[in-house]
This record gives sequence, structure tokens and C-alpha cells, in this order.
Amino acid sequence: MTATIQALIDTHRSQAGALLPILHALQDQLGYVPAEAIPLIAKSLNLSRAEVQGVISFYHHFRSTPAGKHTLQICRAESCQAMGSRELEAYAKAALGIDFHQTTADGAISLEPVYCLGNCACSPSIRVGDEVQGRVDTAQLDALIAELRQGVVA
Amino acid sequence: MSYKIYVPCDTTAASVGADKVAAAISQQAQAQGVEVELVRNGSRGLFWLEPMVEVETAQGRVAYGPVRASDVVSLFEAQFFQAGDHPLKLGLTEEIPFLKQQERLTFARVGVIDPVSVSDYEAHGGWAGLRNALSLTQADVVAAVTASGLRGRGGAAFPTGIKWQTVLKAEAEQKYIVCNADEGDSGTFSDRMLMEGDPFCLIEGMIIAGLAVGATQGFIYLRSEYPRAFATLKTAINNAKAAGFLGADILNSGKAFELEVRLGAGAYICGEETSLLESLEGKRGQVRAKPPLPAIQGLFGKPTVVNNVVTLASVPIILAKGAEFYANYGMGRSRGTLAFQLAGNIKHGGLVEKAFGLSLSQLLNDFGGGSKSGKPIRTVQVGGPLGAYVPAEQFDLPLDYEAFAKQEFMIGHGGVVAFDDSVNMAQMAQFAMEFCVEESCGKCTPCRIGSVRGVEVIERIRAGENREANVELLKDLCDTMINGSLCAMGGMTPFPVLSALKYFPADFGVTAAPKV
Repeated sequence: MTATIQALIDTHRSQAGALLPILHALQDQLGYVPAEAIPLIAKSLNLSRAEVQGVISFYHHFRSTPAGKHTLQICRAESCQAMGSRELEAYAKAALGIDFHQTTADGAISLEPVYCLGNCACSPSIRVGDEVQGRVDTAQLDALIAELRQGVVA
Repeated sequence: MSYKIYVPCDTTAASVGADKVAAAISQQAQAQGVEVELVRNGSRGLFWLEPMVEVETAQGRVAYGPVRASDVVSLFEAQFFQAGDHPLKLGLTEEIPFLKQQERLTFARVGVIDPVSVSDYEAHGGWAGLRNALSLTQADVVAAVTASGLRGRGGAAFPTGIKWQTVLKAEAEQKYIVCNADEGDSGTFSDRMLMEGDPFCLIEGMIIAGLAVGATQGFIYLRSEYPRAFATLKTAINNAKAAGFLGADILNSGKAFELEVRLGAGAYICGEETSLLESLEGKRGQVRAKPPLPAIQGLFGKPTVVNNVVTLASVPIILAKGAEFYANYGMGRSRGTLAFQLAGNIKHGGLVEKAFGLSLSQLLNDFGGGSKSGKPIRTVQVGGPLGAYVPAEQFDLPLDYEAFAKQEFMIGHGGVVAFDDSVNMAQMAQFAMEFCVEESCGKCTPCRIGSVRGVEVIERIRAGENREANVELLKDLCDTMINGSLCAMGGMTPFPVLSALKYFPADFGVTAAPKV
């Protein structure tokens, strides 16, 4: 793991403002930014560990623990609220038996809030991986959850 | 013969099944031995008709929509590739009233061309602004942008030419052009549509900005919620470089401009320009005190132009057709066009590029067709989560920066989110504060603590505790946030709250509208 982390750091360390590109590379590869990466990044960029930790914790996107197999984001912003996202959100939490920032017991799905996916003309919207779905209703959500639980991405 | 068929690759089109439709068309064409050339264009922005498939004919492009993958077999039976009749046929795309009544300047090519084809871009008027700019002096390019009346389309509406002039005059060995593509406002998607549908237009605008102020390096700071735009931009930058429009010697002019796209990480505050610069430097996205302005000390302490996507993408047409051409659109001090975005509870959601001066009512009814639910539209939030809620009785107000500001409303980035009469405005006011709690960078107290106290006091008002006194307290808190915050996050969060209270007091359980 250490070698993988250091290799990713070395790929990006010469860029100006390298920290975010490094964190993205780590999370893309490993699914999260492991604690053991922090001292390695700090040393490579000549920063304190606190500075690196501070950046990781500032941004919603970066995770310090692994997510479930799939991450389901539900948009909570105003446009989606105007089209029933509050109900959709409550439905998803009940269907999965978890709250935001939690992962189902089978490890299949992590539920995360998101504030706008830029899909506001087709609200309410959700995102799984890099795919956004619009005009989502509870039936569609049920079908999606069933698919994700089978390990089949929509 | 081969038939040219367009299926958008835009995020919204894909979110309602465009990729599946494209796959089904390819498969069916192969099965039936029909030779088709499938182009994945951007979206025309008629999102209630997406996925909207177009076919090229001698008379122009003919549209069908909304198409589901299950419709593809019947479309082939109807010989849609020769514009055959089908229940989903919409006629000539350009004649659809929603599109025909627009004035598309910045978005002229979006949905029309293959987004990553340098030659398709050129065939539709691309690179003309850059070629013209290369023949002008730096001062003349800046003067053209100033004379066009272009103002920042990200929300602040600051005159673009004045910002450029400041950077041009600043002495430094390195200057930067930074594109703010952190389009986080709910109800907005014009930046995303442009980056996915016509990325060269943004790239051309950034090169012109670089030439104008003497900057040789550009960065596009893109939000991580836009993975498709990220992929499109990276491809477009590579293609532009290969064709000689980017690099050490642009079109053999001896002028250099390099461009890189960087991803944000899900922080709304990074749409604020100084926070964005901190983030680009690899730090927490905490806002900086101004002055110094970014134009003097911006990225890595160097003079930096920070402009929004649509602002930069409006530059090529200004340089190609002249400042006067652009300035002839609009009203008052709001010159040119704005790409309004119709979102939320609206029947015909999508992108409407029009000259400033039309009314919200025209936008919501003539273009939007009223609410999607069929109930009356009670209010719209204009300008994102920091924008005021405009009540129905003000829908005749012209969309003009100054006319809106006079009523304490904001046009911002042009997002319009419609709500029908089932909305609870006290709940929306509370949400505005909750959003600020979630997204405050934490640097200044009025925003960081004020938003938490704001949620609490609105909760108490909604629960009926000491209503009159708590409404007074909320107004006082809003006053502190407006006047005491470092940036627009804390400084403008009160606008949706106060407008909800002013125009919809009954939702808070108070009878008379308090003076706010």
C-alpha cells in the first residue's frame, strides 16, 4: 500500500498546487484517502501533517474511510426540493435502513447527500458513480437499489 | 448513403436515458443494414424533450423526442433517419418555439456541433475571435471587451473589461487566467452545458483573455460533480493543442498559452473566487480578505483574471463580431444576453438565452409553460441558494441587474427555480441557513456561527415559540450576517431568508409582514 501511495504522490508532486490532484488520485485508486497517506504526502510536499489533514477534512468529496461498493448521492438542493427530493430522501433512507454518511450492512451502498448535480431541469436527481439520473421517482429508486445490491451497475 | 443522427451526450440528456438510446440506435442500424453516422452532440437545452434525437435533412435538422430506448424500433420502422413521420416527431429543430424565440450568441453552437471536433467548431464560426485578437494590440482587445458591456456572468456582474484592464496594467513575470467552473448554485447548469456542448468556445475565450492581459497559463477549476464535463474538457484541450491553438506558439504567432483543468472536491464555497484560488493552490478553500484583489495578487500571489465559464465563453463572439454587435442586445447597464436556466417545478425546463430585459413572467410562462405539477407557481428563487425568493406579484419585473437589485433580488448566474403552491417558505428559509451551516468555510464568525443560530431561531419560530420576538431576533441576526461577513456566503444567505419572511409571513405563523 505504501508503495502505491508514494507512486501516486510522485506522479503529481511536481504540479503547482499539487495537494488536491494527489488526493483525487489516491481516492480514485483506493476509494478513500487512508490515514497512512498523510505523513507521506506531508513529507513529499513539505507540509505539516495537520495541514494535509485539514485539507482532507475541509472537502466533502474526500473520504477517510472506505465507502460501500456503490455510493448513492441524493441531491438536496432547492430545485430538487421543488420536485419532491425531501420525500425521495426519506424514502431512500427507509429503504436502505441507513442515514446519510452511512453504509448498508451488506457493504453494497453508501448514502451521501449532494448539493446540486447541475441537472436541475430534470429534478429530482441522484448520482451513482459517475452516472446521474434525473426525474427520479421511488419506483426507479427501488429498481436501482435492487440492481446495485446485485452488484450490477445501472 | 449514410444518415447523420445526433444523440446528445450532455449529462441531463444522459440522466434520462440518452446513452441507452444511442446504443439502441447503433444496434438497430446495424441489424437493419442502415448506414448511420452517430454524432454525440451537446444538448439544445430543451430538457423536457430529452433524450432528443435529431436527423440531418436537406431542409435542416429534424427532431424527435423525448425518445426512450424502447421507441427506437418504431422509429426505424417509421424511417426516422429520412425524417419519417412518428408520434415523437417534433419537426424542424430550429422551428421549435422554445428555441426559435431565443437569441443564442454564447450558446449558438451548443447542441449543434460535435463538441470535441476542432474543425466542426471552426465550420460554425469558431476561432474567428481568436484570429482577430491576434491581429490587435492587448489594449484594443481589452477595450473591445469593455465596450461590449460584458459583466461577470457568475453572479457578481462586475464589468469584465475593467477586471482585465487591472491585470493588464499589473507588472509581473507571470500572470494567470482562471476559469471559475465551480457551478454550485442550485438551478444552474449553463456552465456545464457549455463545457459539455461547446468546450472550444470556453478555451478560445481563455486564450483571448491570456493574450489580452499577458497571461501564459490558464486553469479551469471544475467542480467534481461534473465528471462528463471533465472528460470533455480534457479531450478538447488535447485536440486544441494538437491543432496548434494552445501551446508555446499559438497559430504561429509566437504567443504562448497553456491550459489545464483541475477538479474541485465538493465545496460550494470554492465558487467564491478567493476560496477557489486557495483551493487551486492546494489548500483549504477558505476565503481571503480583499484587498488585495485577485487581479493584483491572485493565484500564487500573481495577477490573475478570475472569470466564470459563460463570461469567458462570451468573449469569442465579441471579438469576432465586434463590441457593438454584443452591446446592441440588452437594456440599461445590462448589455448582451444571459443564459437563463429554468429549473425546479417547471413544465418546460431548460436553457433560454435571451437579451436582458424580458420579464420573469415571459420566462416562466411563454418559455417554461407554467409549473410541472400544474399548480400555480407561488415563488421562484433566482440566482441560486443565496438569491431571494421572488413572489408571483413581482413576476413582471424586467430581468436587468439594476432593476432586480433595487428590489433586493439578484439575477446572479441566471438560474430560476420554480416552486408551486405546496412549498413551505419557512422550511425553505430554514434550509437556506442549514445550507450555510454545511458550506461555510468557517473563517468569519457571522457566517460560521450566525448560520447555526439562524437554523435554531427559525426552528423556534416554526414551533410557535415567542414568534414576534424571535422574528425580531432573526432580522437582527440577518443584519449582522449581511454587514459582518467576509464574503457572499454569509453576506447573502439572509436574502432568501428575509425575502421568504417579507413576502410569505403566514408560512412563519406571523400575520403582518415585518419590515425587513
